[in-house]
Amino acid sequence: MSEVPSELKYTKSHEWLRLEDDGLVTVGISDHAQELLGDLVFVELPEAGLEFVAGDECCVVESVKAASDVYMPISGEVAEVNEALVDEPEIINDSPYDNGWLFKIRPSAEEFDDLMDADAYQDEIAE
Amino acid sequence: MSNKTVLFDKHVEYKGKIVDFAGWQMPVNYGSQIDEHHQVRKDAGMFDVSHMVIVDLGMATEASDIKAFLQYLLANDVAKLTERGKALYSCMLNEQGGVIDDLIVYYMSDDWYRVVINAGTREKDLAWINKHASAYNVSVKERDDLAMIAVQGPHAREKAFQALPVDVVEAATPLKRFFGADCGDWFVGRTGYTGEDGFEVMLPETEAAALWDKLAAAGVKPCGLGARDTLRLEAGMNLYGSDMTEDTSPLISGLSWTIAWSPEDRDFIGRSALEKEKAAGIKQKIVGLVLEEKGVLRGHQKVLVDIGDGQQGEGEITSGTFSPSLQKSIALARVPVATGETCKVDIRGKLLNASVVKPVFVRDGQAV
Repeated sequence: MSEVPSELKYTKSHEWLRLEDDGLVTVGISDHAQELLGDLVFVELPEAGLEFVAGDECCVVESVKAASDVYMPISGEVAEVNEALVDEPEIINDSPYDNGWLFKIRPSAEEFDDLMDADAYQDEIAE
Repeated sequence: MSNKTVLFDKHVEYKGKIVDFAGWQMPVNYGSQIDEHHQVRKDAGMFDVSHMVIVDLGMATEASDIKAFLQYLLANDVAKLTERGKALYSCMLNEQGGVIDDLIVYYMSDDWYRVVINAGTREKDLAWINKHASAYNVSVKERDDLAMIAVQGPHAREKAFQALPVDVVEAATPLKRFFGADCGDWFVGRTGYTGEDGFEVMLPETEAAALWDKLAAAGVKPCGLGARDTLRLEAGMNLYGSDMTEDTSPLISGLSWTIAWSPEDRDFIGRSALEKEKAAGIKQKIVGLVLEEKGVLRGHQKVLVDIGDGQQGEGEITSGTFSPSLQKSIALARVPVATGETCKVDIRGKLLNASVVKPVFVRDGQAV
């Protein structure tokens, strides 16, 4: 059974989001997603400073088996990316919700509250 | 359609992650595909390959001629098989020289050859074999009563011998590479799809689960289809449906070595098409690629190559993955014959540098 922390928001495409104290939103892929992908071997991160709207492809995570797009869950500017993943993408497998975060967004719209909560995501992946 | 092998419950018990593969519910890994890969390169792992199709060819009448049938059916020549148990790798071609399937045929006696074909091509293969067998009075019997477990790795031999029945061990002990031996309803081939030493064990389905447990107890770890793919690609072994299909001949699939041209009067299906293709000049070849930058090579990515005189040519990756042994991405690619030592691969619109190498990356645990 994969882990779904209750304090996070989620998307149907398996990204998680956490609102930080400084107003930035941290994004990663869920435990369920990393389990589906298997051993991760490559991450193509977005460039800091780029602006996206919700739903844009902004990042790619690749396991031995397959490449998978990560979608911008909310509109905004990429404020920071997790450079540690460039050399050690397996951190995502080991710690999807902490050390395996992908990037941080400076939101440009009020979209965060509309995302799924943990219960809704749990139902989503149980289907 | 969703089939399960007789070992399905074992896969669930051993925490395999089940996926659909060619209509079969198979384990893609049992936790970590990369760990399983290293397990086979460094120690011993086992794969359930019971979805593959075992076919016994026999004498339907006194007038049967299995050898002549296989000499017509296959691009490689079973006349090379003079010793009992010897195996031969071959393509089975259509009239256009395209590959219907690749297979292994074991010569057991003049009235018994055993053929192992792919799961994904089962129906068309059997139809094709049956279509041509009747003219030679050859009986075709699918052995769906047998399971198959591949035990692979540098320690596969000693560990398998701890788990196999004594008489099977006796039959397997003297086997040279690419030979097989039968023992009652059991059959052991010193063959595999990983580039490591080991055995492929065919046995009655009713006994498969017990062997699986005994192998596990002997330290042979279960490995999924994910590791099987990275292992075979590192070993430079072709995958049917990716590296060759009905639309590509062995001549442009890195499989010229499997075509037996002599004797010249041996007429096999596809021969005249291959001769025409050769006479017209072979235009493509399969090479290995090693990505020199970060990223992962995948099937169908476009490859840009220099073909001399400042001219550019284009090719395509047929299989690509991340190589756990080399810690780099590797691939097989079909490229123009004149391709030099480097190329660029188009990955999501970016052109990344790759080296062009012989299509074999790792053998017997060593990088080549």
